[in-house]
Amino acid sequence: MSSIPTPVLWTVIIGLALGSYGLRFAFIGFMGGKPIPEWLMRHLRYTAVAIIPALVAPLVVWPAPTGGDPSLMHFAAAAATFAAGYLTRNVLIGLGTGGLSLLLLYLAA
Amino acid sequence: MAITTTKSAFWKGFRDSAPFLFMASPFGFLFGVLAAEAGLIVPEAFAFSLTVFAGAAQFTALQLMQENAPLIIILISALAVNLRMAMYSASLTPYLGDAPMWQRAIAAYFIVDQSYALSVVQFETEPEMPLPQRVAYFFGTNGLITPAWVIATALGALVGTRIPESWGVDFVLPLAFLAMIGPMLRTPAHVAACFVAVAASLPAAALPYNLGLIVAGIAGMVAGAQAELWLERQKAKAEGAK
Repeated sequence: MSSIPTPVLWTVIIGLALGSYGLRFAFIGFMGGKPIPEWLMRHLRYTAVAIIPALVAPLVVWPAPTGGDPSLMHFAAAAATFAAGYLTRNVLIGLGTGGLSLLLLYLAA
Repeated sequence: MAITTTKSAFWKGFRDSAPFLFMASPFGFLFGVLAAEAGLIVPEAFAFSLTVFAGAAQFTALQLMQENAPLIIILISALAVNLRMAMYSASLTPYLGDAPMWQRAIAAYFIVDQSYALSVVQFETEPEMPLPQRVAYFFGTNGLITPAWVIATALGALVGTRIPESWGVDFVLPLAFLAMIGPMLRTPAHVAACFVAVAASLPAAALPYNLGLIVAGIAGMVAGAQAELWLERQKAKAEGAK
C-alpha cells in the first residue's frame, strides 16, 4: 500500500470538513423554513446507497490482497458480510460475520 | 413520559442515544486502525474524525486516497456519500429552524445519522415540545456519540500503528462498506439504486482517474429516484382502480 502524501491528506481533511459542514448547514442555516424541492430530495435519498456499492463492487471482484486477481475466498467473505448485514439490519453483525468467514477461509486455504 | 424542562430534554436525548454507542465506538475504532494502516499518524486520524465527523465519507476518502485517486474525485465521492446530510438538514429545519443563528450554526456540525434519526422521531411524537427543549434534545443525542467517535478513532489509530502489515487488513475496509450497505436497503427503490450502481461500477472501473465511481454513483442515484417515482405511480394506479 502506498503511503498518502501529507498535502493530499490535509487537503482532503480540510475539504471534507468544510464541505460536510456546508451540506449540514445548507438548509438549517440558510433556507429558513423554505421547503427543498421534491425532485432534489428524491435524488439525495439515493446518493449514499449508490456511491458506497459502486465503490465496493470493484474492490470485491478485484480484491487488493491478491493483487487484483478474482478470488473465491474474498468473494465468499464479502457475500457473507452483505447477507448478514442485510438480514439482521445490523452493521456490526455483518462486519463480524464477514471478518470471521474471511478468517476461516484463510485458515482453511 | 412528557419532558418538563430544557435540562431534562437534554438528558433524554443523551439516554436515547446510548444504544448507538455500540455502533459508533467500534466503527470509530475501525476507522482509526485502518487510517493508521494507511499511514496516518494519530493526530491526523483524530483531526479527520473531529472535523469531518461522518463515518461512511471518511472510509470512502481513506479508500480512494490509498488508490491514489485524483483529489477532486476523492472530494466529490466522499461529499456525495455525505449528501444525505443536506437532506437531514432540510428535514430538521421545520423543528429547529427558528432557533437563534448561533445555535443552528453549532447544531449543523452535529447533524449525523443518529442525531437526525432520534430527533425526528422525538419531534414527531411530541409536536408540542417547545423550541428550547427541541434544541436541548438534539444536542443531548450527541452528548455521547461525538466524544465516543473521536476518542475511539484515536484509540484505533494508536492500536493500528502496532498491527504488523503482514496481517493483511486491506480487505477489512471493503467488508466494512458491505456491512453498511445491508441496513441501507430499506425499500425496493434503495435496492434498485444499489443494484444499478454495482452493475455500472464494474465496466466503469476501466475509466481513468476513478471516474467510474462518479459515473456508477450517478447511475445508481438516478435509478433509485426513478424507481421511487415508478413505485409511487403504481401505488396511485392501484388505489385509483379500487
